[in-house]
Amino acid sequence: MAQQFYQFKPLNVGRFLVWSSFTLLLVIAPLIFTTSLSHTILSQMGIAIIVCLSYNILLGQGGMLSFGHAVYSGMGSFLAIHTLNLASKGALPIPVSLIPIVGGVASMLVAVVMGWVTTKKSGTTFAMITLGVGELIWAMSLMFPEFFGGEGGVSGNRVTGSKLWGVTYGPQIQLYYLIAIYTLVCTALMFAFTRTPLGRMLNAVRDNPERVEFVGYDTQKVRYFAFIVAAFFAGISGGLAALNFEIVTSEVVSGYRSGAYLLFTFLGGATFFFGPILGGIMMVLAFVLLSEFTKAWLLYLGLIFLFMVMYAPGGLASLIMMNLRVAMYGHLRKLWVGYLALALTALVALLGAAAMIEMVYHLQLNSAMGSELAFLGAKLDSKGLNSWFGSAFVMLTGLGLFEVCRRQYLREWDRIQEDIEKEIKRREAL
Amino acid sequence: MTVVSHPPADYALELKDLRKSFGKSEIIRGINMAIPSGERVGIIGPNGAGKSTLFNLISGRFEPSSGQVLLNGQRIDGKKPFEINRMGLSRSFQITNIFPKLSVFENLRCGVLWSLGYKYTFLKFLADLDDANARAEALMHMIKLDKKRDVLAVNLTYAEQRALEIGITIAGGANVILLDEPTAGMSRSETSRFISLIKEVTVGKTLLTVEHDMGVVFGLADKIAVVVYGEVIAYDKPEAVRADQRVQEAYLGSSVADQQAGGH
Repeated sequence: MAQQFYQFKPLNVGRFLVWSSFTLLLVIAPLIFTTSLSHTILSQMGIAIIVCLSYNILLGQGGMLSFGHAVYSGMGSFLAIHTLNLASKGALPIPVSLIPIVGGVASMLVAVVMGWVTTKKSGTTFAMITLGVGELIWAMSLMFPEFFGGEGGVSGNRVTGSKLWGVTYGPQIQLYYLIAIYTLVCTALMFAFTRTPLGRMLNAVRDNPERVEFVGYDTQKVRYFAFIVAAFFAGISGGLAALNFEIVTSEVVSGYRSGAYLLFTFLGGATFFFGPILGGIMMVLAFVLLSEFTKAWLLYLGLIFLFMVMYAPGGLASLIMMNLRVAMYGHLRKLWVGYLALALTALVALLGAAAMIEMVYHLQLNSAMGSELAFLGAKLDSKGLNSWFGSAFVMLTGLGLFEVCRRQYLREWDRIQEDIEKEIKRREAL
Repeated sequence: MTVVSHPPADYALELKDLRKSFGKSEIIRGINMAIPSGERVGIIGPNGAGKSTLFNLISGRFEPSSGQVLLNGQRIDGKKPFEINRMGLSRSFQITNIFPKLSVFENLRCGVLWSLGYKYTFLKFLADLDDANARAEALMHMIKLDKKRDVLAVNLTYAEQRALEIGITIAGGANVILLDEPTAGMSRSETSRFISLIKEVTVGKTLLTVEHDMGVVFGLADKIAVVVYGEVIAYDKPEAVRADQRVQEAYLGSSVADQQAGGH
């Protein structure tokens, strides 16, 4: 039966290297960044990576634009925290380290029920239904305080049960390593999923659902099963979040949260498997660090999103991959001046825009403290013409120069792409 | 799908008083045909005669307004396209209908998976499915795209995409094949090469082809069905159809002499 002329199992050195460095990174990251803040951030990154990857099963691999993925991570969180509390009371003999799986299975069951309706249609209809289901659960979270904990949420204590080898999950570092293990295993499993018949047919459904029906597959079932798989991993991520924060509020099922998943998966890059990993990392950096840095962080985030949609719809991952291709053909050296110019002019434009944004926010929120504010060491007067004109001038100059550099860069880029095409043709002819 | 035992069918495909209306206008007006297993039928007719609609009715893309479609003696009218496909009928499309962002090999493998029983599994790696991979490789060889194995379908030339379209259509091993204008938009030389390819890959199968190019149809088909205004006005051997008075009047018109001379 097995035909020997076909062999498709190359020893993939590159892949081996990538996975071992990913593992290594997960292991040593908390040893490099040793403060407790960084351990918290790293833990949240692991959680975000899992949930963004699970979201990308829908968005990138299945072409399903979901506005309600937080339902599945959030339900995982709630079920996990209730399970944790039952375990604390001694009603359930379940070790803390397995509670995220409870969250995953719970979300999976929710998806088995809700997913059938949701995946009935694709495209706009699908997006609308996810939005509706999201609103439904959000409304329920206010109606059933027994389960969702009302305003205060549901809290728990992860230091409970047996202490295997002295692991109590009290210190953040212990929990980090639990999260790291889950992150590694879930990432590997989700990558494996892309290599299975269902995973490939999901790509086919994304590309051309009609044709799929004519090669024997029910497109709804393909979407449905993939939806359940995505919900499972989202639930695991939710369960880990419950352990991490030891409190779950109704915010975790909100449309706001769903929007964040969409936004950062997109920013990371939905067309490559590793894109959402970058997205997850950026999500935590934005939520934890950028929000500390400025009150207007959501506005900046919106601007970045807009910018990416316009200029790099493939996200960060595709930018990396495109430049990697250029580098492989030895042309990257020609581009670095262009990148430097782009970065500098963008920085100038951002500086001007940021000064104005900060002044607006100052006027709105802090005007009682006087009209002056400090911005990156400079003093700005939010009611003074000079400050406004100055920042507008800086921004417009930056934008103008940026556009000039961008056009120059694009010409260079196109030239290089042509060279690469020629090179490929030449190699093919050999 | 469990195989229900039933008496051996006389015909691979049977259409019984098939009708389809869109609103008030009846596009298919009572078509009766019986196609024995292994026969190659060319379907011709002027633009708007209902040829593509007929294919859409047979393959399950549209539901007939009334009448029956039997595949190997079993009713398939009203069934979903994937159900009909699983019962052994496969079709290609007039407008190229492939998976643009998958490679040639992946396109073909997607066409193969269901027929080999892999269904929706996610507990097996594609790379380990020796039978599916071997079959996809063989198909790729048949449609002469071996050299384009890892090229994304969207980057193929038009003729290559048409070949891939045929490849996906025959991938599942269906016994009844419907080809909707397989050579549409091809040059003369491409067309003749393509026709021999189609003959090659559909050996032993029941074949229905919609064609505009008369030369193509007469070269490919055992029998010709002429569809005019939603009705089959002739269904016979090519020579007999050529000589048929009604066909000459309704379709071939005065240009019949040109057609025989190999004109367009």
